[in-house]
Amino acid sequence: MSVNESLAQLSNGLVYSSMAVYAGSLVLFASSFASSRPLAEAEAATEEVSAEEISIGEASAGDAIAAKNSDAGESRATTATLDRGAGDAGALPPGRKAGNMAMSLMWLATLLLAGGVIARGFSAGRVPWGNMYEFSISSALAVAVVFLIISLKRDIRWLGMFVVGAVLLTLGLAVTILYTDSAQLVPALKSVWLVIHVLAAIICGGAFTIGAGFTVAYLIRDRAETKAAANGTEVRGWFSSRVPAAQRLDTTAYRINAFVFPLWTFAVIAGAIWAENAWGRYWGWDPKETWAFITWVIYAGYLHARATAGWRGRKAAVIGLLGFAAFLVNYFGVNFFASGLHSYAGVN
Amino acid sequence: MGATDSGVRDNPTGPDQPSEDADASADLSTAPKSDLPGTTVGLGFTGWARWMWRQLTSMRTALLLLFLLAIGSIPGSILPQKSVQPGEVTRYLADNPGLGQFFDSIGFFNVFSAPWYVAIYLLLLISLVGCIIPRTRLHWKAMRSTPPKAPSRLSRLAESSSWEAGSTAPAPQDVLTDAAGELKGKRWRVHVTDFDGTTGAVSAEKGYLRETGNLIFHVALLVLLVAVALGGMFGWRGQALVIEGESFSDTITQYDSFNAGRLVDSGNLPPFSFTLDEFTATYQEDGDQRGAPRTFEADLTYQDDPDAIPSQKTVQVNDPLIVDGAKAFLVGHGYAPVIEVKDPQGRVVYDAPTVFLQTDQNFTSNGVVKLPDIDPQLGFQALFLPTAAVDEVRGPISTFPALNDPAIFLSAWEGDLGLDDGIPQSVYRMDTSEMTQLGIKAIQVGQSWDLPDGKGSVSLTGVKQYAVFDVAYDPARFYALAGAIFAILGLMLSLFVPRRRVFVRITKRAASQDDAVGSVGATVEVAGLSRTDEAGLKPAVEEISTVVQQIVPPAPKGMSGS
Repeated sequence: MSVNESLAQLSNGLVYSSMAVYAGSLVLFASSFASSRPLAEAEAATEEVSAEEISIGEASAGDAIAAKNSDAGESRATTATLDRGAGDAGALPPGRKAGNMAMSLMWLATLLLAGGVIARGFSAGRVPWGNMYEFSISSALAVAVVFLIISLKRDIRWLGMFVVGAVLLTLGLAVTILYTDSAQLVPALKSVWLVIHVLAAIICGGAFTIGAGFTVAYLIRDRAETKAAANGTEVRGWFSSRVPAAQRLDTTAYRINAFVFPLWTFAVIAGAIWAENAWGRYWGWDPKETWAFITWVIYAGYLHARATAGWRGRKAAVIGLLGFAAFLVNYFGVNFFASGLHSYAGVN
Repeated sequence: MGATDSGVRDNPTGPDQPSEDADASADLSTAPKSDLPGTTVGLGFTGWARWMWRQLTSMRTALLLLFLLAIGSIPGSILPQKSVQPGEVTRYLADNPGLGQFFDSIGFFNVFSAPWYVAIYLLLLISLVGCIIPRTRLHWKAMRSTPPKAPSRLSRLAESSSWEAGSTAPAPQDVLTDAAGELKGKRWRVHVTDFDGTTGAVSAEKGYLRETGNLIFHVALLVLLVAVALGGMFGWRGQALVIEGESFSDTITQYDSFNAGRLVDSGNLPPFSFTLDEFTATYQEDGDQRGAPRTFEADLTYQDDPDAIPSQKTVQVNDPLIVDGAKAFLVGHGYAPVIEVKDPQGRVVYDAPTVFLQTDQNFTSNGVVKLPDIDPQLGFQALFLPTAAVDEVRGPISTFPALNDPAIFLSAWEGDLGLDDGIPQSVYRMDTSEMTQLGIKAIQVGQSWDLPDGKGSVSLTGVKQYAVFDVAYDPARFYALAGAIFAILGLMLSLFVPRRRVFVRITKRAASQDDAVGSVGATVEVAGLSRTDEAGLKPAVEEISTVVQQIVPPAPKGMSGS
């Protein structure tokens, strides 16, 4: 089977376009973040709106119950603010407009990138993760998609510039150092497990990355909160004052990691089944396998730490970041520096 | 253990709550209580043994062991391992004698079976068992006991709501019975504390599968580890190189390397055999991946035993031959030029496909031919190039892995091959220290080279390919797979099933039991808590509130006191 060159060209064009749009999105996210009010002020503002909205709403018993919860009140308030803001852009909180535009651009860029990844796959008539270049663009896509999915449920624009930064970095590395022409697979990769095992690993990569983003934010914010509590002041710091409360960041990070852990377990097991079918042993301590194991063990440690008194909170978060570091070693380090059975990635 | 219950800090009531609220969440996590070491000091040997056991099975120790396991694995991925790349280990030892010796002495070249590594995972195993057993017992009890009584102040739980009952409300006990019925219908485990004239409540609990999943996961890990160990004891694995047209039968002497578990009877392997009829490889012809392999196919004729009817099978990289419970995998290939050597009298003294070893991506390959039985002894060092070219810098080199323009570069030597010293030599290398070079020559298929001074001739009569097969047998692999599948299922249950409690209470303000509720006023409370960081508690409690409101509608507006 030969390669469809025009589709391969189209894929490259789409990937480059997505990078340009991501760059725009990055700038807007950054400016939105920088100009946004520290959260304490913003929360005070929302509370007013929240109270107002409740008084004008139909005060049925059910609504009163719901409104009692501050979370629900907040989300309603946000909607209300946006609705009102639609008619009068000047009334938007500072940075909100840039943030909205950044999100729109990120959606567009992600669609372009998705198109690029899909076209790449079709150009060779197979899944678009047969070498390091393709694995990287697919992983970048996964990071962006996980971010966008979470953004549908909650406002995580503050994380946007870091996510888009990571996506751009990955794509930049892919198109410069890792690029290879679209081509058929080497025989070792011709297996249904390429679809299953690598897809699972790519999704894990996307989610681990976002989870780590929340964890880092949690560590910074938690430190600022501790300091603020000790001094009896508001939470200070250029970053800390603009991100949600530490407890919420930690909870979200946990939910993401708890979602990924079974999937990572599955990815490792699917890899083992493939190894059994290709090399005759399901586990052989190849460098890739070893680091997948290390990553698994550290994330298992993270989940246990969260259930252990004295380890919850910052210590557990640090363990989570170590797990992500092990994942990165597995992704980059093993392919570039170790020789093993997984070194067919098109990198020499 | 307990990866899934996130414990004290997530306790919605917080650390400074009165004990009544702690009751509400009591035993929602079945994690064993940790003992303070001080409490058993002075209790003698049993006390110390108990203390040691508690320490070993504590979560802290498990965490520490997990970390040691992770850190201990790192040298296994950085340094070459004897089990994976024995040649690399030898080279490392030669290049770094001091450090290499040190690493070797602490098992760094054999990490995954080094005593200290085995000690870590055995301790982890014991810790695991020590955690599973008491938790299974606690979980068994929890599943058979009724949910605890409602705490006195439901408003302090994570989610709560309350309203004044309207005048049309049914009698309090009926409210409780109906609410309990609704909850049972939604598969909650329910306990009713009957209305005593002032107050009555329904307690309900759900999500026992969470802990069940947690236990399944950990037991499945044990099964997996046992299966790995069994595979190591009863499994075997060997590597064999087979040239086109030649046969392989499954006996230990036919393997180039063979590793068997301790309990394998190596003299009694399954009696299958196969012949490599043809090996074909195709490669990328153009683009920046030119020369990258695209297909490898080994056409085999095989027999389950010497009396069986032969069958055909094309083995590919991801498609092994499965025979007699063993699997034969295609793991490598190379060229075996057919070399013919004649002595000065013109008699054929050597005529065989000779295995050459690949030295680069384009199959520039090395090989030797040794003729120890003629006098003086004769030897050839040879470079085989499937697509021959001569590079100005690197000399003769292959530019493509397929047989587009094959040639062999020969260097002929005469003298003592050194084979009579009794020191074993590699068949791929020749010791020329006691030999003199006769000359060098490049020939193509069908050509021959007359050695100088009438010392005979050498010709390349053809080129065959060979394939390398790994043959493996692991009788426990299905148990390992079963363990792995149950581990994932258990993990998903233990992470995604929420464990929750909800309470419904009705409290009457006036004391007359026979009055209708509405006439004197009663408060209905619905509240819930969860042991985990889950987003679903709030909607779940709201849903139950709605259900209970249909049983006891709120009083009309204006009478509301909540």
